[in-house]
Amino acid sequence: MIDTIFHMALVLAMPPLLLGVIGKTKAAFAGRVGAPFLQPYYDMGRLMQKGIVLSDSTTWVFRAGPVVTLAATLFASLLVPLGRHAAPISFEGDMILFAYLFALGRFFTTTAALDTASSFEGMGAAREVTFSCLAEPTLFFALITLTRLSGTMSLTPMLQHVTFPVWLATGAALILLLAGLFVVVLAENCRIPFDDPNTHLELTMIHEVMVLDHSGPYFCCILYGAALKLYLLGALFVNIALPFSSGNGYLDWGIFACGMLGLAVAIGVVESVMARLRLIRVPQLLVAALILTAFSLVLVVR
Amino acid sequence: MLFFDMMRDPAFLVLCAIVLAGCSGLPGLFLRHGTLGQRLASAAALTSSLLALPSILYLLIGGGEASFILNWNFPFGPCEVALDPLSLFFLIPIFLIFPAGSLYALGYWPATSHNSEKSVTFFYGLLACAMALVVVARNGFFFMMAWEVMALSGYFLLVAEHGEKEVRTAGIVYLVASHLGGAALTALFASLFWITGSFSFPAPQSLAVAGGVTSTLFLLALAGFGSKAGMMPLHLWLPSAHANAPSHVSALLSGVMLKVGIYGLLRVMSFVPERPLWWGALLTAVGLTSALAGICVASAQKDIKRLLAYSSIENLGIITTGIGLFLLGEGSGNPRLAFLGLAAALFHVLNHAIFKPLLFFCAGSVMHAAGTRDLDRMGGLARPLPFTAFFALCGSIAICGLPPFNGFASEMLLYLGFFGEARSAAPFIALGAPLLAMVGGVAVIAFVKLYGIAFLGEPRTEAAAHGHEAPVTMLAPIGLLAALALLGGLFPPVFMALVQPALRSLAPDTGLVSALPVPPVWFAVAGGSVIILAAVLYLFLQGRVQGRSASGPTWGCGYLRPSPRIQYTGSSFGAFFSSLSGALIRTRLHVDPVRGLAPAAARLSYAPEETLLHRVVLPFLNIAGVACAFLRRLQHGEVQIYILYIFATLMLLLLWVH
Repeated sequence: MIDTIFHMALVLAMPPLLLGVIGKTKAAFAGRVGAPFLQPYYDMGRLMQKGIVLSDSTTWVFRAGPVVTLAATLFASLLVPLGRHAAPISFEGDMILFAYLFALGRFFTTTAALDTASSFEGMGAAREVTFSCLAEPTLFFALITLTRLSGTMSLTPMLQHVTFPVWLATGAALILLLAGLFVVVLAENCRIPFDDPNTHLELTMIHEVMVLDHSGPYFCCILYGAALKLYLLGALFVNIALPFSSGNGYLDWGIFACGMLGLAVAIGVVESVMARLRLIRVPQLLVAALILTAFSLVLVVR
Repeated sequence: MLFFDMMRDPAFLVLCAIVLAGCSGLPGLFLRHGTLGQRLASAAALTSSLLALPSILYLLIGGGEASFILNWNFPFGPCEVALDPLSLFFLIPIFLIFPAGSLYALGYWPATSHNSEKSVTFFYGLLACAMALVVVARNGFFFMMAWEVMALSGYFLLVAEHGEKEVRTAGIVYLVASHLGGAALTALFASLFWITGSFSFPAPQSLAVAGGVTSTLFLLALAGFGSKAGMMPLHLWLPSAHANAPSHVSALLSGVMLKVGIYGLLRVMSFVPERPLWWGALLTAVGLTSALAGICVASAQKDIKRLLAYSSIENLGIITTGIGLFLLGEGSGNPRLAFLGLAAALFHVLNHAIFKPLLFFCAGSVMHAAGTRDLDRMGGLARPLPFTAFFALCGSIAICGLPPFNGFASEMLLYLGFFGEARSAAPFIALGAPLLAMVGGVAVIAFVKLYGIAFLGEPRTEAAAHGHEAPVTMLAPIGLLAALALLGGLFPPVFMALVQPALRSLAPDTGLVSALPVPPVWFAVAGGSVIILAAVLYLFLQGRVQGRSASGPTWGCGYLRPSPRIQYTGSSFGAFFSSLSGALIRTRLHVDPVRGLAPAAARLSYAPEETLLHRVVLPFLNIAGVACAFLRRLQHGEVQIYILYIFATLMLLLLWVH
């Protein structure tokens, strides 16, 4: 029970902090002071206070988009274990539900984008669905590898199976898998090199361009949902990358939270040292990630 | 008295319903006022399904079976019709979609504005009746007769608007494909006759002959039934046929007739006791290919019904994959895989029979409103057609296999089958899961495009701007199907209860693994909480912005004179993905470039191409046509010589008999 409360508290409260850490890291690289760590929280609070501007061409689908996406992501947050602590909900095949809840969110985000009748948002929606259908098989290859390693088909036992001895035995495969997953985390969460969450220039954008017309509390929903998605996919990554358990439950929560912050720093570093890829290169990188995870499966099967 | 006793027999009721369905269009042929005939036909269709569906469910769940011998004096032996779980299962989609489509036709294809209504109504009933007869027939000859009636009524339905050249071409391609498939089936039943000495179907698992012979039978069945089910590369007839038929006909063709092909395949497989492993491998490969290629091509279409037709190829591919997994599991002694594969296949049969007609019905309403099938000329239809738009959204989510709708439940079973194999000694089969994930991803492209371009945004043409909502007779069947799709997604055990008896009859061993590996409560919990959470959030946010919302035009990024024509179109939405999938999807460009000093209007248009048909099959047929030119000399139009042919043939036959 306590674990569930901790789980929910972390999942609900921590995601925007990741964005703050990423921003601070990038500022440090650029030699700036940067916005405070809690800036994303302030932004979201401010957005909740505002009214909205609705486009004349929109219907209810436009408002349902952020709402359904956030609802699906919130339910998905119940399926991921955080560190050594089991997820509140866990059953055979929950990882398929996990992946498909994000797909449901994507369906609604992109239809809401098309609802604005803007060509820019249509462009973003087309790119989003195209890239995600290359990113999704990568996630499934990684899940197959984990199923093979752990012998289970549920996220909690699957991810908790990855312990230090398992790392020693199958380290090469896990490194390939992590590399693939890292690319997926970046691609699915509109980070550089796929997309730049800070610009609102139309020509190279994917995710940001789809939400140009959202405002006020609905935009807050989108920002929070996006942070939560980064948090959940990041948790998947950190669970594999940090196979440590202290034995003490409370300390494990701390280790996990530090792991997440470390991931945020890593993303910040990647964003600072890399430029955004040309659009035509993005599918190539995604296919490369697919091949990496496929190789990790080969290494595990061999 | 005898009659009333028989009426208490549910199996007899089903047969009565089949006959009633076949006769439903008859009164309309003789009545002068088409409207009355059409209403009578719909009433008959509803009655037949009210008679049939409860009886089918009673028999299926109660485990009843029945068989009747029609003692006609036919040369092919006693003609048996029987209701066993497999037949009953495949009767459900027929008696669900047939009345729904018949009701829908009242608003969609009214006698007052369509000359062809009488024939459409008549053949619509006949098609349903013939499909039901195919499913219950237990005699090869009778099966083929029903099969041909089914194929031909399908033809007459799809050429309802035969004034247009495109429709006639689609009809001819359909006829050729249908008869090539029919030829394979004739060979199949002739070989069965040769083996067993009777046209009656062999009892289940009783066909013990040499492996080579059964494999030939399997390949013949795959060619015949596979072409009806639209498996790639035998799908060539399907897209144009489904696109050009009236929408309620497309719904019946796509939602139900394709499944009759699956039924035939399962039925023929059930004759054979030992099914070789390579059957499963072949079906899995064919299924995954159809699914991926079908949905990739669908994502490039700009014709709303052609998109749906290609997505049928995808869904039938998923069903075939399930059957393939079943055979693989059975052949390798893995009851779990066998159960999951077959359960997923049968479950998806039901699901596709729900959401595909739903989407075809919505497409029909959209075409009524916008006056075109071209997605690029629609837009903004959610305002004039709010109900259709809502139901189409449900259908689109369901067909993408997303929670909380029914498509997710059946695809989940397939995924669990694939994932389970990751733990086995040879985890090749698990590689199907990423492919299936990719299929799901591309399905989202196709259906976001269909829904977003047709219903959302600004209307691109005048006609789309002044669309009108469909009447209640059209909305009622759509709403019912949408409710069923949600029911299947939240409470999959309801549908699994129908799947189980058929599953046990096909694979008695796998019946042991009768429980879903996922506790079904999680479907309800996940779907229910997402819906409730979304509703609560929606109301909360609506409350927060109450009185603080302004409206204005969409932000044009500094561009001040927006026009609906600058919106993303269906073609441009799919173009990025098409550019990645190269040879599979080609488009033909028609360019009238700007010429001269005072240029006339320039234009550019493009249409997706049927790559396989235009690049492979038609060139091949042209070569075959040249090669067979000498045969054409036999056919020169002189009747006397034709009579001579007949006479010579008769003489030869007489000689042969002696």
